[in-house]
Amino acid sequence: MFIIGELINGMYKQVGKAIAEKNKKVIQDLARKQVEAGASALDVNCGPLSKNPVSDMQWLVETIQESVDVSLSLDSTKAEVIEAGLKLAKKKAVINSTTADQEKLEKLIGMAKQYKTYLIGLSLDKKGVPQDKDRRIELAATIAAAAQDDGFPVEDLFLDPVVLPVNVAQSQGINVIEAIREFKLLASPPPRAIVGLSNVSQGTCERNLINRIFLIMSVGAGLDAAILDPLDKELMNSLITAELILNKQIYCDSFLNAYRKK
Amino acid sequence: MAVEFLKMKWANAINEVVIGATKQDGGSRSSVIKVGGQTTLPYLSDEGSIPNPPVIAYEIWDATPGDWSEVLKEPFGNCLGKPVEWAKKCVNEFKADLLCLRLMGAHSDYGNNSAEKEAEVVKDILKAVDKPLIIIGCGDDEKDNLVLPKCAEAAKGERCLIGSALQDNYKTLAASCLADGHNIIAESPIDINIAKQLNILISDMGLSQDRIVINPTIGALGYGLEYAYSIMERGRLSALNGDKMLAMPYVCFVGYESWRAKEAKALEKEFPEWGNEKDRGIAWEMVTATALLQAGADILVMRHPKAVGEVQKTINKLLEK
Repeated sequence: MFIIGELINGMYKQVGKAIAEKNKKVIQDLARKQVEAGASALDVNCGPLSKNPVSDMQWLVETIQESVDVSLSLDSTKAEVIEAGLKLAKKKAVINSTTADQEKLEKLIGMAKQYKTYLIGLSLDKKGVPQDKDRRIELAATIAAAAQDDGFPVEDLFLDPVVLPVNVAQSQGINVIEAIREFKLLASPPPRAIVGLSNVSQGTCERNLINRIFLIMSVGAGLDAAILDPLDKELMNSLITAELILNKQIYCDSFLNAYRKK
Repeated sequence: MAVEFLKMKWANAINEVVIGATKQDGGSRSSVIKVGGQTTLPYLSDEGSIPNPPVIAYEIWDATPGDWSEVLKEPFGNCLGKPVEWAKKCVNEFKADLLCLRLMGAHSDYGNNSAEKEAEVVKDILKAVDKPLIIIGCGDDEKDNLVLPKCAEAAKGERCLIGSALQDNYKTLAASCLADGHNIIAESPIDINIAKQLNILISDMGLSQDRIVINPTIGALGYGLEYAYSIMERGRLSALNGDKMLAMPYVCFVGYESWRAKEAKALEKEFPEWGNEKDRGIAWEMVTATALLQAGADILVMRHPKAVGEVQKTINKLLEK
């Protein structure tokens, strides 16, 4: 499982403050903790309040890379903010993200090719988030086809069915899970499926429980990657166990410990 | 239409383990043996690199083997029971690059030698020959826990490979290897889950992963060879896919298992249809070894020089480009 740690996001108060004050320690601690807990990559998002997202992104990338050596997922709706991070990234980065809109797709696929990165494609467009499974697959197919036409390696493409909070869009959970299953059939080799997990529990009272169950159900449907909080130990233990049940790891009595030794 | 071959790309490499230490590294060996390091399945050199070929170690004893067949005893002549002479013969005459000393003399059936006496044997062999050394206990846990630490101490700095650590008896040996700078053999009973668990337990004691060699335990031809093969293959696939707790080289005790087989030992006069026993046991050892090479064996511990010679030729041929 490709795990992208979600905690370096200016939306969180502590992180937003650290970005504003250029407090390296807060960011580097968060980076280290997430990697130690099993993150394969770290999401980097300046947050909605950033006054100068380009320079904030540069500072974040440099600061994080001083403390850990993992891929960074450059998270912004603005291509120039992503590119500012790409220029400094030392390891194969993740572009987070493009939508299925033609103009955006062209631009970000081009950038992903130029910087040899992974690319996350959200199954949504200007018309908004799909309300059923088929529309999700249609938009994902648009993204996969554009990538293939442009010569971008499909195995570096992550398709995101867009997870919605269960308390406002309860009917969408199953659509997302079924879409994951079908994303894998869109190309050969198959593109990878990813979710931004925490959104499913937004505004609920049992966030960790909902996150955990939704993740495991998605893994059962073939999920390859997730943006999540790796410091949630129960979540990580459940994920490791799910991979064990799916025969992706060889059992041993200390299988939780073994996974973390990677 | 031209057929395009699909090539696997693996995520992980097998750890490289170094056996033996030269003067430069604080030992007295003339050369070292490196095993592991590969990034592909056995002999698929198109899909990855195989920096170190499999090696064969000659098994020698510090006692006279009681149950070896005449065919197996013959090449060693009057060296049997004289470990130093035996070691020298293997190195000088049979051109062994690696020796495996089995300390059977410590066993109650073979003289019940003291730990101190066994440590002397180790010292004498290290003095007499300058090839890297594997040291194996007699198989009695309680005795091995007395003998192996003394031998590890006697060989301090020589970076031997010492075994065997077991799931319920690994701490003493792991601590010794850690203290005296040796590598360890982690033995599991044809069980990949236990193999993995034992590697975790040993590495939790502080021995680094590149100092562990897995003895997956094998069966000879006709005695569970296919089980061993599938376990080794499964472990290797998982290791190359990223499982660090299985990314260790394999050592296989081919001689020990092969020459236990009735088909290897029985005389022609007992089973005329089985043919001449002079060739049969050697063939049994060779066939068992070559199958295990394909399963991923990195170190083969063998007995008969003729079988060793033929298997070495096979290794050379398999690695030809």
